[in-house]
Amino acid sequence: MVGSGTGGPRTLPREEFPAFFEALRAEGYAIVGPTVRDGAIVYDRLEGVDDLPIGWTDRQEAGRYRLERRSDRALFGYSVGPFTWKKFLFPPRERLFTITRDGPSFSVAPEATDPTRLALLGMRACELAGLEVTDRVFQGGAVADPGYSARRSRILRVAVQCGQAGGTCFCVSMGTGPGVRDGADLVLTEILEPGPHRFLFEARTRAGAGVLARLNAPAAAVADERTAGEIVARTASSMGRSLDTAGVRDLLRETLQHPRWDDVARRCLSCTNCTMVCPTCFCSTQEEVPDLTGATVERWRRWDSCFNLAFTELHGTAVRKSGLSRYRQWLTHKLGTWHDQFGTSGCIGCGRCITWCPVGIDLTAEIAALRVAPASTSKEAPR
Amino acid sequence: MLADPSPPAAAIDPEPPPLAPIPYVVRSVTTETPDTVTLTIRPSATRRIATPRPGQFNMLYAFGVGESAISVSRATPEGELVHTVRRVGKVTNALAALTPGDTVGVRGPYGRGWPIAEARGGDVVVIAGGLGLPPLRPAVYAILSQRESFGRVEVIYGARSPKDLVYYDEIQTWRRRTDVRFQTTVDAAGRDWYGDVGVVTTRLPDARFDPPKTTAFVCGPEIMMTLSAKALADRGVPRDRIWVSMERNMKCAIGLCGHCQFGPSFVCRDGPVLRFSALEPFLAVKEV
Amino acid sequence: MSAAPPPDLVGEIANHPLFAGLDPKLVRSAASTAQEREFAAGDLLAREGTTADTLLLILRGKVALEVGAADRPTLTVQTVGPGEVVGWSWFVPPFRWRFDARAVKPTRAIVLNGPALRETLSRHPAWGFAFLVRFLPLIAERLENTRIQLLDIHAR
Repeated sequence: MVGSGTGGPRTLPREEFPAFFEALRAEGYAIVGPTVRDGAIVYDRLEGVDDLPIGWTDRQEAGRYRLERRSDRALFGYSVGPFTWKKFLFPPRERLFTITRDGPSFSVAPEATDPTRLALLGMRACELAGLEVTDRVFQGGAVADPGYSARRSRILRVAVQCGQAGGTCFCVSMGTGPGVRDGADLVLTEILEPGPHRFLFEARTRAGAGVLARLNAPAAAVADERTAGEIVARTASSMGRSLDTAGVRDLLRETLQHPRWDDVARRCLSCTNCTMVCPTCFCSTQEEVPDLTGATVERWRRWDSCFNLAFTELHGTAVRKSGLSRYRQWLTHKLGTWHDQFGTSGCIGCGRCITWCPVGIDLTAEIAALRVAPASTSKEAPR
Repeated sequence: MLADPSPPAAAIDPEPPPLAPIPYVVRSVTTETPDTVTLTIRPSATRRIATPRPGQFNMLYAFGVGESAISVSRATPEGELVHTVRRVGKVTNALAALTPGDTVGVRGPYGRGWPIAEARGGDVVVIAGGLGLPPLRPAVYAILSQRESFGRVEVIYGARSPKDLVYYDEIQTWRRRTDVRFQTTVDAAGRDWYGDVGVVTTRLPDARFDPPKTTAFVCGPEIMMTLSAKALADRGVPRDRIWVSMERNMKCAIGLCGHCQFGPSFVCRDGPVLRFSALEPFLAVKEV
Repeated sequence: MSAAPPPDLVGEIANHPLFAGLDPKLVRSAASTAQEREFAAGDLLAREGTTADTLLLILRGKVALEVGAADRPTLTVQTVGPGEVVGWSWFVPPFRWRFDARAVKPTRAIVLNGPALRETLSRHPAWGFAFLVRFLPLIAERLENTRIQLLDIHAR
């Protein structure tokens, strides 16, 4: 996997991790990564190593997320938080262009995109898979999204392999982790023991190698490479959840009238949390924001959710009025029709939708329930 | 091997944004029914959209209000466009209130239209319900312009009542043609209506076509399309030769915003014209 | 026994979709009390509330089935053309028309005698069953179309 041009894996002691920040900056990147805020580990601008969630971990279950102190001083000793990297490429709110009255006509001024180059520090394997999914969504069709594409061209993907699995993680089922395979510029593995706290670095692209070249890091010992492999294997064996993906696209196509949808609809609040925390949900709406004179209008795009009633408004009424139909749309799209549309699942197994669901709806349990044939079809109205 | 990172893009994208409207000027406004008008528009500057094909749609923009997806009912090579708009919401009310000389924004054309070439060599049945006629009108003209390529051509147009029929004068000229059979029916009428009364499917038994060799184009409200497509299939028209034009909420029209999904399809990009055979399993389920 | 019906009337009835293929003896029996009639545009073929004693087989023209009440304009809910029929009230007690049937253009129809046909069908249950096998789908189709109209399929 690692080409000869990278010089192979390197090891960097924890004490020298600030030098990595310096190397990223020297290569022209601003750094965004994990930091503790409001009782959660979120992704935001980082000034230095001290901004990382040192010694913190997260405990996650369906509908439950808590930060806890670790017994060590790990920098990346958590799984994933409520934020995703998506917001750096596809912002929650974005001005697309400005339209100005021009006599009887109008003119359109395009929006400049922020030229800042971002190093996304701490991307998990599942999140790299999520990036590939959104790449297909925003860049794979006939028309590429200009804002996404511009920002996408300016990022450096710094992955950190997971040293532990969260309680709602199921990346093994989705084939997206926990080991990083593709899609990163740099891959880090945090080694806490045995021996001193240190990091294994691998460059996967020229951009990653450029950063690594700035570090005075010795070639990694074979033992460190083996340890990194063991860490990933241990994480893989401790997944909090699993999902049987066999034939799931067909399953969801054939169970649109399954009584389980009534069951989940009784629990679902249509709060949109699952879509807001999902790394691949891409739905958006547009808004016209006129100035006070009415001469200039800004066109804004903002995240939308298939759980919103107005999402399917047609001729003054919603197509998907029931909560049932909206949850069904979300799940059948994410795990089913996404394959038809983009040649991949829309789910990367990060478990955020389970953790951040206020009533703890667990899609892995819903899929398992849909696999059970209904006891009676009497609920289905004769047609 | 090392992957090459893509070169950094320029800070300002030189291309016009794909969602930016192009200004057009309103040439004329015709009242079709109490809540429906037909707008004829032309490019107001050198920029214009590509010429739409029958069945495609545009996003029409009312300045400061927003956009709405409207099917194209006529498009000339000179760039003139005709759209029929029904007042149902904020945007369509603003569009319907436009007067000649006003500016309207246009982007498009979008979607896949009627597969007219696929219908060659066989009979064609066109079934329109209410405002389903405007997107079918260019298809009918395209068929009539190469009439010898098709067998029998039947057009059935149904509306709720006589006052809900659009393009009334044009219908009269079509009815006089001998190379196309045009039937009109309404769901209910007063004594002043001398035409047929009954739901649109009641006209199908009178239509002459050879079902296995027939292609059908259906457009109208969803229930009407489902009933018509089923009636056509019952008559023996192959389900994959029955085409219906779906309608869903559209924001971007380029497959990026997610609103218009119907099962696996993005109606804006994969449709709006889709095969009944692919849609039928989803049309049978409520609120897909 | 009634007089032999005119041969052309027998042929017209036998060719009408409602009777086509049924026992020729039934057709002849029905024809024996039938008559062919022309209606001008505007003529009433049936009036709501009056005794329903006919079944009309439409040969040419167009007939509007109208419903209405004193406080609202008359509404045409269906038009019936060649090959179709008007009337089943002759078969169903209390044998009164449930709507107006009005010719909207010059119309030719065969008017069958309802009570006579009813008696024939009850005397020959095999004929009666065969007739109902033809007749019930027409009623079912009308019912289906009425349901579709209730859906108001053009209301978006």
